[in-house]
Amino acid sequence: MSETWLALLVAFPAIMSLVVAASGRWPNLRETVSIGTAIALFAGVASFIGPVTGGERPSLTLLEVMPGIGLTFTLEPLGLLFALVASGLWSLTTLYAAGYMRGNEEHAQTRFFVCFALAISAAIGIAFSGNLLTLFIFYEMLTLSTYPLVTHHGDTESRNGGRVYLGILLTTSIGFFLPAIIITYLLTGSITFDDAGLFGEAGLGVLGAGALYVLFLYGTGKAALMPFHRWLPAAMVAPTPVSALLHAVAVVKAGVFIVLKLTVYVFGVDYLAETGASQFMMWVAAFTVLGASLIAMTRDNLKARLAYSTVSQLSYIVLGATMASSLGILGGGMHIAMHAFAKITLFFCAGAIYTATHRKNVSDLDGLGFAMPITFSAFFIASVSLVGIPPMGGIWSKWYLMEGAADAGHSAIIVVLAISSLLNIVYLLEIPTRAFFHNPRPDTPRHWQEAPWACVIPLSITAAGCIVWFLYPLPFLTLLAPWAPQ
Amino acid sequence: MIEQFLVQMPALVIVLPLLAAPLCVLLHRAAPAWFVYLITTWACLGIAFLLFVQVRIGGPISYAMGGWPPPFGIELRLDALNTVILLLVTGIAAISAIYAKASVAAEISRERAYLFYAAMLLCFCGLAGITVTGDAFNLFVFLEISSLSSYSLIAMGAKRRALLSAFQYLIMGTIGGTFLLIGIGFLYMMTGSLNMADIAERLPAVADTRTVEAGLAFIVVGASLKFALFPLHVWLPNAYTYAPSSVSAFIAATATKVALYALMRFLFTVFGAAYAFGELPLGEVLLVLSVVAMLSGSLAAIFQTDVKRLLAWSSIAQIGYIVMGFALASTAGITASVVHMVNHGIIKGALFMAAGALFWRMRTISLNDIAGLGKDMPLTSAAFVVAGLSLIGVPATGGFISKWVLLEAVMEPGHYGLAVAILVSSLLALIYIGRVVEALYFREAPEGRSVQGEAPASMLIATWTLVLANIALGLYATPLVGAAESAATALLGGGA
Repeated sequence: MSETWLALLVAFPAIMSLVVAASGRWPNLRETVSIGTAIALFAGVASFIGPVTGGERPSLTLLEVMPGIGLTFTLEPLGLLFALVASGLWSLTTLYAAGYMRGNEEHAQTRFFVCFALAISAAIGIAFSGNLLTLFIFYEMLTLSTYPLVTHHGDTESRNGGRVYLGILLTTSIGFFLPAIIITYLLTGSITFDDAGLFGEAGLGVLGAGALYVLFLYGTGKAALMPFHRWLPAAMVAPTPVSALLHAVAVVKAGVFIVLKLTVYVFGVDYLAETGASQFMMWVAAFTVLGASLIAMTRDNLKARLAYSTVSQLSYIVLGATMASSLGILGGGMHIAMHAFAKITLFFCAGAIYTATHRKNVSDLDGLGFAMPITFSAFFIASVSLVGIPPMGGIWSKWYLMEGAADAGHSAIIVVLAISSLLNIVYLLEIPTRAFFHNPRPDTPRHWQEAPWACVIPLSITAAGCIVWFLYPLPFLTLLAPWAPQ
Repeated sequence: MIEQFLVQMPALVIVLPLLAAPLCVLLHRAAPAWFVYLITTWACLGIAFLLFVQVRIGGPISYAMGGWPPPFGIELRLDALNTVILLLVTGIAAISAIYAKASVAAEISRERAYLFYAAMLLCFCGLAGITVTGDAFNLFVFLEISSLSSYSLIAMGAKRRALLSAFQYLIMGTIGGTFLLIGIGFLYMMTGSLNMADIAERLPAVADTRTVEAGLAFIVVGASLKFALFPLHVWLPNAYTYAPSSVSAFIAATATKVALYALMRFLFTVFGAAYAFGELPLGEVLLVLSVVAMLSGSLAAIFQTDVKRLLAWSSIAQIGYIVMGFALASTAGITASVVHMVNHGIIKGALFMAAGALFWRMRTISLNDIAGLGKDMPLTSAAFVVAGLSLIGVPATGGFISKWVLLEAVMEPGHYGLAVAILVSSLLALIYIGRVVEALYFREAPEGRSVQGEAPASMLIATWTLVLANIALGLYATPLVGAAESAATALLGGGA
């Protein structure tokens, strides 16, 4: 497999965004181009599965940005997993977005699809990045390309949301991430991801390594660790497909993927396990898991509740990284995929409900289940998957996370995960329960009133995915084999 | 013939604009004068590029003016540092020449336009002269040439306030120039020489005298006035705000950089780093002032309602970054200074050009009046956004490289407090650039404004050339960083 393909795959969606822009006048053509690009991208990324699981690490340096530091792409298993999830779900999101945007007669649809493609390009760039500089370039590109999506409506509310979004993400990245990269460079003379980690011989000390780890993790604002999580609920002003993109496909997944990548390839799991430098952030993540769940219970707006649920779920993955055990990395990697499928289903459902009935609040959903049976069944399946009980895929990630916590000797983390599951039941399963078992309001439709098929089909597929990955988790286990128990 | 041309190149960058300026006056028409201006600046850019390559390959060039050998005659001396600066000055001049035609036609009356081009050429000549000369007094003469012509250029601004701003600048600029002259006089008194390299050789013998110390102080204060280091910056906001757009773009991008270069030249080549930063506590003073400049300039920029004034305050902050770099007196620090001089020149040039294009269309540049122009002038607005992102330091732009090398330079000796100041100032830049972007894209156009089109193609081409150059320098900064590094090595090696 030629290395040049790496750069081409990163550039492909960005180039196709020009075609999307040019075909703006013909919506059908525009959406066909978008979906075709998504499927081609997925196929291109998937073609790397064989070589990478076989142990290859294709690498390509495009430009020497600064002396000794290049714009470098290197493909490793975690990056491949993230790229597969992002490009795979992008095609479904595009199909869904076509239905949603038309169903709600949104304005500026071409700009929307162009920015969508740019965001995916940035996400693939993050997945393939071979050093911290490359990662940082695409990280900021992702922030900037999603900003017009967040502020899509252009009214005061979305402008304020966009301001918080851009403010927090740029502030944390420039304020924390950039100095962390430079400190790393000064200490070790390298910012290239390395299987052994970079700090082995830097003589950093526990406190220094811990402080640097804090800088890096808070610098990755997209991982939404408290107290820098406010941007995620603020971004809820965007149209629902954007929320799906942010929460499941690209943005937050990029954040937690970076956390995993930093943990494995910059610090090294063994180094963190020896020094315990990641312990502080582990407790921050544990706090975020519970705190965000508690806030989610108080939110009546459906999308806001889902947003806090995402904040909580992301910290599962951060927990997996910070517990400094290879089983934790396996669990975290699995959860990137499992949470992606479950959460995208939930957002698709929220958008479908809005498109069909224009209802936004949980308390308005009483008895709606009989008018929208497919949507609410999908919602139920995805919720159960997030809670982490069979027969849904979510059980696998929770399983490995708990095993990793036990392995690393953090029994408190097992308790946190267990409590979080209970909280999930309370605030997520309430929604399908209301829809199917509560008495409907007088104005609630009794007859079949699903959203357009372009919305219903994607959410059925992703909900089915939640079940399939329970029965057949092998693809993820194969990809994450380096961290699986021997 | 060609060989003769190659030998005479250092003199040509000064002589060409100096001769072209009276030619503009004789032509007496706007269009031919502009053409002379255009041709001259591009010719100088070509020469500057050749000189840059020649120095990179063959090392420093010395040129004896009029055949009088230094230290008796005037020496033009080109090394790794000033060829970079010369490339910046001529490059910005050449691109702003493309920009100037439409902008000048809109802002300056037809009868006086040829004088405008003549003054621009003189200003350009002065800046190029400061850059290439190796003679201390000659540097002062070129400084006055560039200053006098820039006073008149600023006074040509459309509003009457331009006159007052030019006068303010004239007072402050003259004080600065005089201080510089006094400082040079002191050095001459003690060493009996005006050639920089020669002074540097003779200075150690008399270094411990009050006269030399006073000379250093006068030179530092005088130059700081010219590049508007806080708290000597009061002239700058008005001058940049009320000057004609093409003047703001050109001067903001080049004049302060050249004054900064002059100070670096005096400190490192003439006095030597060991004297200025070792025996005298100049480094500490400059570091404190640069931090205050960065923070206060950025803070003040946030509260401006006029885009040009906002950019002017931002310049004061950015000058702080450059001063901070060389005040560290380390190779990494000087490298960062030189890199940021070039990047900031390009970024600020692009921003002022974009602002000028908005002004060309709207005849005003306050945040309220440009509201909603993102739709009507998409290309100009996008150029402003990209250049603004670079100012903040978003990766894949030149501004990011600047920030990277500067942070590296301050963290290397463990000045983490300075690193925090740099980052805070960058985040303040996010706020003031964000205010302009919000006005352009999210605010409704004021009532009764008719829908208008883009700026003229020539202005767009010039603006986007700088924007693209900036992105290119962000993605492939190795040549610039390499050139800056060798300049820094030469400065520290040659002066100590």
